[in-house]
Amino acid sequence: MTLYLFYFLSFVAIFSALLVVFSKNPVYSVLYLIITFFAIAGHYILLNAQFLAAVHVIVYAGAIMVLFLYVIMLLNLNQDSEPHKSSLAKIAAVICAGTMMVIIIGTLRGSASLPAKDGVNIGYVKELGNVLFNEFLLPFEISSILLLAAMVGVVMVGKMDHKTVDSPQSVNGNSTLDNRPSTMDKVNEKELTINK
Amino acid sequence: MNIPIEYYIWLSTVLFSIGVLGVLYRRNAIIIFACIELMLNAVNLLMVAFSAKLNDSNGQVFVFFIMAVAAAEVAVGLAILVMMYRKTKSVDIDILNRLRG
Repeated sequence: MTLYLFYFLSFVAIFSALLVVFSKNPVYSVLYLIITFFAIAGHYILLNAQFLAAVHVIVYAGAIMVLFLYVIMLLNLNQDSEPHKSSLAKIAAVICAGTMMVIIIGTLRGSASLPAKDGVNIGYVKELGNVLFNEFLLPFEISSILLLAAMVGVVMVGKMDHKTVDSPQSVNGNSTLDNRPSTMDKVNEKELTINK
Repeated sequence: MNIPIEYYIWLSTVLFSIGVLGVLYRRNAIIIFACIELMLNAVNLLMVAFSAKLNDSNGQVFVFFIMAVAAAEVAVGLAILVMMYRKTKSVDIDILNRLRG
């Protein structure tokens, strides 16, 4: 039963990951990426990592993907404005990625013989929280500083653009653009607070 | 855990390679970002699989940190993209080549 669930989730993950790359419309790409992330969250549950599954759904499907969709809709991207590479570059990309897959599989094949260990289930919040707040307390605090720095950086990037775009002779069309950095920052702040 | 670890190695390798393929295949910078997320997730999945197999919680803590870094990276990257879009009116990475030496 578990194995069938694994096969199903793997199929969904790989199929929708391929559709992320090959769908013409960027909005569809991002929607397929959400399906991939949910399949990966299912894999986490299969691996008894419940806490990570919950965090994965909240952070990726809930925050990052909303940010992606928001930006795509903000920039008004669709199928018509989608740039395409030449077919020679596409064939070269497929060959490169396939070669890389073969190399990675060849490298990782020996690691399957590592001995498995039994013990308490480490995926629950209690055990993970013990490790996180004892051994990894300093990295945990540093990651919060990183998120703060990212938030300040995003605000600065928005402000910098605001000053250069909003020149005195700017037309009325730019006034709609001016709303964009503030809404972007709100989404980022929401994402960052969720992540904390 | 009754699923062999080889299956997870295969799955995350395929997902990672699809991410590499997307980065090489597409010219839309937002899709390239999405494919980078896909690669990060493939690595996360393998890390969780090995941490479940070896019963070592350090792997899961690292996945947690990778998620935090990925969130920060996406926020900054998409802000830069929006800024570049307003200057060039395009997300085509072949146009965004001002940083070349």
